[in-house]
Order: sequence, then C-alpha cells, then structure tokens
Amino acid sequence: MITGTVILTALTATLAILLVLASRYLPPAADPMADRLERLLPRIQCAQCGYPGCHAYAVAIAAGSASINRCPPGGDETIRELAHALGREPEPLLASLGNASLDKVARIDESLCIGCNLCARVCPVDAIVGISQMMHTVISTHCTGCELCLPPCPVDCIVLEPRDD
Amino acid sequence: MTEYQIHRHMTGGVRLVARKRMSTARTINRTLRPKRLIIPMTQQLGPPATPSVVPGQRVITGQPVGEPGRAPSAAAHAPRSGKVLAVEERLVPGGSQLLKSQCVVLAVDDKSTDADIEPASEWPNLDADRIQAIRNAGIVGLGGAAFPTADKLGATERCGTLILNGAECEPYISCDDMLMREHATDILRGTQTMLDLLGAERCLLGIERDKPVAIESMAAAIADLGDARIRLAAVTSKYPAGGERQLIELLTGMEVPSGKYPIAAGCVCQNVGTAYAVGRLVRLGEPLTTRIVSVTGEGVAEPQNVEVSIGTPIRELIEHCGGYVGDVPRLILGGTMMGYAVSSDELPVTKATNCVIAVHSDEIRDRYEEWPCIRCGDCADVCPARLLPQDLLPRSRTYDFDQLKILGLNDCIECGCCDVVCPSHIPLTAYFRDAKRAQRLHEQHQHLADTSQIRYLRKQERLRLQDEQSELHHTELKAQVAKDSGSRQETIQAALDRVQRRRNSDDRIT
Amino acid sequence: MPFELKPAPHITPPTSVPLVMRRLLYALVPAAIAHTWYFGWGLCINLAIAVCAALAAEALVLRFRRRAIRPGIADMSAVVTAVLLAFALPPLAPWWLPALGAASAIVLAKHLYGGLGSNLFNPAMVGYVILLISFPIEMTQWLTPAELAPAADRLGLWAQLTYSVTGQLPFDLSLDALTQATPLDQIKEGLGEMRTLNEIQIGPLFGSYGGRGWEWINGWIALGGFYLLYCGVIRWHIPVSLLAAMLSFATFMYAVDPSRYPSPGFHLFSGAALLGAFFIATDPVTAAGTNGGRLIYGAAIGILTYAIRTWGSYPEGLAFAVLLMNAAVPLLDRYTRPRIYGRA
Repeated sequence: MITGTVILTALTATLAILLVLASRYLPPAADPMADRLERLLPRIQCAQCGYPGCHAYAVAIAAGSASINRCPPGGDETIRELAHALGREPEPLLASLGNASLDKVARIDESLCIGCNLCARVCPVDAIVGISQMMHTVISTHCTGCELCLPPCPVDCIVLEPRDD
Repeated sequence: MTEYQIHRHMTGGVRLVARKRMSTARTINRTLRPKRLIIPMTQQLGPPATPSVVPGQRVITGQPVGEPGRAPSAAAHAPRSGKVLAVEERLVPGGSQLLKSQCVVLAVDDKSTDADIEPASEWPNLDADRIQAIRNAGIVGLGGAAFPTADKLGATERCGTLILNGAECEPYISCDDMLMREHATDILRGTQTMLDLLGAERCLLGIERDKPVAIESMAAAIADLGDARIRLAAVTSKYPAGGERQLIELLTGMEVPSGKYPIAAGCVCQNVGTAYAVGRLVRLGEPLTTRIVSVTGEGVAEPQNVEVSIGTPIRELIEHCGGYVGDVPRLILGGTMMGYAVSSDELPVTKATNCVIAVHSDEIRDRYEEWPCIRCGDCADVCPARLLPQDLLPRSRTYDFDQLKILGLNDCIECGCCDVVCPSHIPLTAYFRDAKRAQRLHEQHQHLADTSQIRYLRKQERLRLQDEQSELHHTELKAQVAKDSGSRQETIQAALDRVQRRRNSDDRIT
Repeated sequence: MPFELKPAPHITPPTSVPLVMRRLLYALVPAAIAHTWYFGWGLCINLAIAVCAALAAEALVLRFRRRAIRPGIADMSAVVTAVLLAFALPPLAPWWLPALGAASAIVLAKHLYGGLGSNLFNPAMVGYVILLISFPIEMTQWLTPAELAPAADRLGLWAQLTYSVTGQLPFDLSLDALTQATPLDQIKEGLGEMRTLNEIQIGPLFGSYGGRGWEWINGWIALGGFYLLYCGVIRWHIPVSLLAAMLSFATFMYAVDPSRYPSPGFHLFSGAALLGAFFIATDPVTAAGTNGGRLIYGAAIGILTYAIRTWGSYPEGLAFAVLLMNAAVPLLDRYTRPRIYGRA
C-alpha cells in the first residue's frame, strides 16, 4: 500500500511539473485568443462598447477585463458566439450602451448638407464620400449603422434608416 | 417505343394518401368570370415588373400591364378587359409565403368584341427573338417556383436533357394531371419548342404511376407526334418524386451538385404547365394570362380543377366551386406538404398558385403535443437529400452555423417528409426554415463585418500615409525656407552694403 | 373570418412516442407469461414494484426540474425502462431491489443527463449494473425452473409477496433449497473447475439449446422482436448484426474446442442475448443513429457480450457490452454519416 501511494504521488508530481514547464516555455498557440475573439465581433469600430475599436475590445475580453455583453451591433448573436468560444454562459446585452445596428444605414439629407466634411472624417469605414464645400452622401452598401457620423454633423442632416436589401 | 426505363430508385421519400380523386372527377372548368383582378408585379423569382398602366386607364385582354424588370424578370398582362381601379401595394401570395407587391387592380368589364383583345403576336423565326417573345409573354415556371422561363431557356451552359415534370407528387394537387389529360398536344408543342431553343438531345417526361389516364393521354400524343427525342417514363408515386433534384435522379441517375442548379448536371427541368403555356404562345400568340388551379379539400362544395385568370381573388374562385362547406378552419395555398396557410381568401391567384385547399375541420387532426426527440432516426430514413434531421435539429435550435453547414442544412429541400414520420411530432421543417433564415442573416452580417474590417484598416493606412506625406512635406518646406533664408540674408546684406556705400560716398561729396 | 395559420406540412404523423412505447410493452407480454410459468410470480411482483418506483421517481424528478409532470409520465418511457429492468432481475428479490434499480435508472441515467432523448447510457442497463455491483448476492438468487423443482419447493404468490416485502421465506424452505444458478452461471463455474462442457451440461437444467425454461422465454422474446420489426418500431440492423457477430464468434470458438466453448445455439437461447438484441440494444435514444453505425454498434455488442461471457468475471455480459458501446455512439455517429445528395 505504501509503495502504491509513493508511486502515484511521484507520478502526479512529475506530470504536474511537466505541465507547468510546457505552459511556460513552449510556444503559445498560433492564434492568440484576442484575434479569435475579434473575428467574432462585427468589426465596424463603432466604439459603443467603450473601447477605441473592436480589436481593443477583443483584447480586453481576452484579458478578462471586459464582459462579453458590450457590443450593441453584434447583439445576442455575438454574445452567444463569444460565450461559446470562451466556454461561458451568454449574458443579456447591456442596455446602457448605444443603438448601433448592422440592420440600419445612415442617409444624408442632401438638401441640408453644408459640405463641412466632419462626418466623412469620422466614418471608420470610409462609407461617406464628399469633399469640402461639396455635397456629401453615404454609400449604403458600405455603411454599417455605427452611428459615429451623427454627433459631429452641425446641421443634423443624417438619419438612420432600416437596411433594405 | 416511347416507354423509358427508370435507372434509379429514389432515396428516401414517403408514401402519402394522394387525395386527388375528389378533384379529378370533373373535367377542367372554364366558366369562371371574375369581377375583379389583382395582378401582382412580383409573380416571378427575380426582380419585380414595373406597372405600365395608370388608374382610370382602360385595358384590353392580353394587354401588357407590367414591363419586365432587370433579368431574370417577366412581364404581366391583363387577363381580361376592364378599367384599372388602382396601382397600389398589396399583400399577395409569393412562392412560399406572402409578400408585399405593387399590383394593378382591375375591374373587369369583359366586353368580348375583337377590339377588346390584344392582337396575337407572330411566332418569330430567330432563337433570340423567340426567347424574347417568351419573356414578353410573361411565361414563368408554373410548377410553383415561378422562375422566368426565358432566362432558363436562354442559359448559356450546355443542356443535354430537358426534363418535363409531370410527376405532381404532393397530395391534393391535380392540375398537371388534368392538363395532361386534356391538352397533351399543346404540351408537346411547347416541349418541342423548348427542345429546339435549348439544343437538347432528348426530353424525358416523368409522370407518377398513379396517374394512368394522364400517362395514356401523353403516351398517345407522343406516339402521334413521332418525335423520337421525347420519351415518357412512369415514376414511383412516392413523395417527393416531383422535386426537381429527385426527378433528375430518378430519370437520369445523375445528382445535381450541392448548391448548384440542374444545368450543372446538363439538365433543364420544366413543369408540364410551363410547356403548355409555351405551346399556346406558339400556336395562338397569346401571353400567359390563365392557369389551371386545383380547388379542393372537403371544405369546398364542388372540388375540381378550374382555368383561372391570373389575379382572380381566391374567394371568387371558391364561390365558383360551390362555396365553403361546413367549418373550414384552414385555407392552404399549395399542397399539404409544402403549401402554406393563409389567413384570408381576399388574396389573388398568381402564376405560382397551383392549388387551393379549403380544409374542413374533420379533414385535419392537429398535432397537439410535442415530445423530445427520441433519436429514432425515422426522419433520416425518409430524407430525400440523405440528411440527418435528428442531428440538424439540436444545432438548428442553437444556431450552430458551422456544424449546420457540415451537416448540409443548405441541401434541405424543405419537403416535409421528416415531419410526417416523426413520432415526437416535432415541427422539423419549421426549425430548419428558421435556421436557414438565421444563417442567411448571419452570412450577411459576416460579410459586412469582414469588409468593414478591411475598409477600416485601409482607412487607417490612408491616414497614416497622409500623415507621413505631410510630415515629409513640412520637413522639405522647412529645409527650403532655411536654404532660402541663407541666400536671402546675403541679398539683403548686399543691398544694405550698397546703400551704406552710397551713403558714405554721398557724405564725401557734400 | 380569418383562417388559422399553421406551418407546413399539414399532415399529422400517424405514429407517436406513447404508441411506440406501448408496442414495445405488447411485444414483451408473451415472454412475461412464459417467465411467470417457469419461475413463478416473482417477475410480476418485480414488474409492479419497478413500474411504480420508476413512475414515482420520474414524477419527483420532473417536479424538481420544474417541468410538467403529466406529459413526462404519459409518454410511457419510464414504464418501458422499468419493465426491461424487471426482466433482468432474479424473480426472488427483496422489494427494494427493483425499487432501487428503477429509481436509479430514471434519476441517474435518464434525468441527470437531461431527460427523455438526452441520455447517453441505456437507463435499464445502468440500473441493472448498479444493482449487480452493489448487491451481488441478491442479484444472483435465481430460482429453479418450475418443471424441475418439486412442488414443495415452489413458492406461491403469497409466499413470494411475503419474501419480497419482509425477506422471510416459509418456515420449511431455505434459500439454498430454492435457488439455483442460471445455466450461464453453471457453465462459468464448471469451466472454472476445469470440467468439460459435456460434464456440465448433463444436468437436468440444460434443455436442447439453452437452459430449461430459458429457451422458451427467449423464444417468446424473439417472437416479440419479430413483431417489433414488422411494426417498424425497430430496424433489422442492430438485431441482425448483434446476433450474427455473437454467433459467428461462438461458432468459431466452438469449432476450436467444443468441450470448453458452448455451442452457438446455447449462446443464442440463454441469458439476455435475444432480449438484448431486440429490446435493449435497439433503444433509439442510446443506440447509434445511422444505419452504418448501427451495424457496427450491434456487432460490437455481440462480440463484447461473448467475450465477457467467456473470459470475463460475470456470467452474462450484455449489460456491460451495451454500456460500453453507448459511450462509443457519438463517435460512430460522427464517422458513419451517409453521403449527402449532391456532394462528393
């Protein structure tokens, strides 16, 4: 009985040490967690999660400093996929964040536009075309409904409409 | 010898009680005179037609009322003469659900002088013109999918076999059966036209074995015609033998590759009703304005097949067949396997409507209880696509799109075979339809996410380059200014020296 | 007047879960009658106790899980589990044996895994194995078949009930006099004592194929199995592959040394081979889900059963074989998927 105990203890200890050494010194997985998580996000860079871009949010989730329910455009679908990837339970979307949605597109009322170009500068995906002092317009196939163009417009000429394709 | 030997058995499928005899007892009824017509612009699988008439205008029989949209689209015509009451958006039956469509609403006055009928068009000689004529005649697939026939026949890929679908496997539906009994010649005329346009070598007509009268009628017409390219085959009466992919497997032994159309297997599949419409166009020069609809079910007094003008409200159609009988809780457009229930009979008959079932309360027994899946596997035994519904089900509930793709959700033809054999009474097809919808949305979102990321990174790159260039420009400017100011200093100094020397010389003179 | 909106298809399936379960029970009735004829009222008492315990356990667990109780009871799956378990128990059993077995089958094997349709292991077999390992003595108290036991040594209904409830036998009978090892048991013991089969199988317990009484019971089980095949409740793949594999193995070993390895006929008609082939291994929830998978599953159970019977410590190996293959089912399902129409 003594021999059995000794052998098993020795075996366990050896394996434990090997595991610790492996996790410390062997090269990490080719695909870091943050990149994997980022691929599950909508990547429209709306920043409504509170982080400056989707990559930053993904890094924060991977580090454990952000919860997975902070992405309004991703909605329940993204929460479910993040939960699945992390082996956690999905949580309901935080209601206090914004309303960005992939199913909406922005539209500029051309009659009100003054050509200040502030909206085009702030659009993360260059979906607004127009040069200074000239009328601007939104390319709806590229627009992601992130709502970043709404605050800077001085004449409030941008509205969000349901996507119709 | 027109009888063609069948190569293959059909995988899966279920034997259903046909329930067609109630509507095949009478010949086709042609006496329906509707008072109003609601002609939708979206009667085809493709962009909608554009209305070409305005309210208050009078139109005559056969006059075009909708111009085809961007291909693949088809024209719409007025089946009868009358006055346009309105051009407005309404809810109309689509292929598998209701949809909103612009409609031309007509009050029929039905004067029958020659002046009230659009003159017949000449059947052209050139293939390209013939295809255009089919498009202008508004002919679409009359088997239910309503794909514009001109676009199918004008396909550029090589077609070796034309498959004519006379199977009609779904219970209750009998319009193709009656068509084959009474209009065999026109069907074959249309078939020959399609064979010529496609450049196909042969046509295989598949009819289910439980339609002996139709088989006899078509066999006799084929024998009379003497066209060796056209052959008849009696196929199993198991559902869904009339599904495009299943019929091709049955008649040719080939499988249509996953995600592709039959043309990828060198086949084009057309319903006998479509061939009939083409045949009439060739013979009479008339556009597609009517179709045969089975009006059936124990909830209608006189079940039969009726030649209906496109746009006839279903209520008028049912009244023409004696009206409702007893308690009719459900109205189905289509058959009992893939047809969909509608809440009102104010909807119009469209080119895709093949059957209207007024279901009497005695005729249907609802599934009142749903048990968990016991993994009996009966569903997998009957699936014509050889899928595993018992494995698709849990992933459809959780929207596990990766696994659903592997398990072949996109190959599901939504035939409903799995539903009707399930001992747990699980509405499998409804779950799969929902999962497909969620998958489509997910793919759209994925695509948007991927392209947004690319565009974002490109914008970051652009801004970085801009900053770099403007940095560079500033550095150059500064250097330039420094250089310039060096030589400018000399010029200034030289000028000051000159002034100083003159002043000095001026001082000595005075 | 709006019409109701229901999704397609608009045809109600002609079958249902309670109907499938009921048919399973009908198929076992002849075998139950034969069992009672040969071994007395023990089976009926065990059936009654097991069914009651199973239903009570099911109701209690459903209440804890906050699910509706009526549908869970009405689908009759708990009854089927209890019945199959009762068939596996010795007729002379104290009441707590079937009760505990049925309750643990329902609670541990079925509901802890998620309830009907979600369990990985066959509940009746889990219940049986728990009892076998925890109470080896009570689980091997088999009786002498009626034809062989003297009238004085047979227990009437009242005596059986008394034993079941109180554990007391009639004053003039003892366990030694009543109980007798099963044919499979005797063979294992005998071979262990280095006797040949001819010597072991001389006793009156051994009929033409299997043991006395057991042959008939198993025959009726097989007939019940054919009824299930005819109704479409089970498919041929598992019974055929299970029996074919077991009998091939048995035939081969019998040819090698008939004095140490019983004949295939004996293997077929003794123990739970036929019960397993038609009723236990075919349990849809825990068996393989594809036809290819079913063939492998059945064959593996047949081979494992023979192996445990011949070289293992237990006289009957079906329960363990089934549980081992239950664990392999997800793997089998993963690798035996049929080729989808239109794909390579």
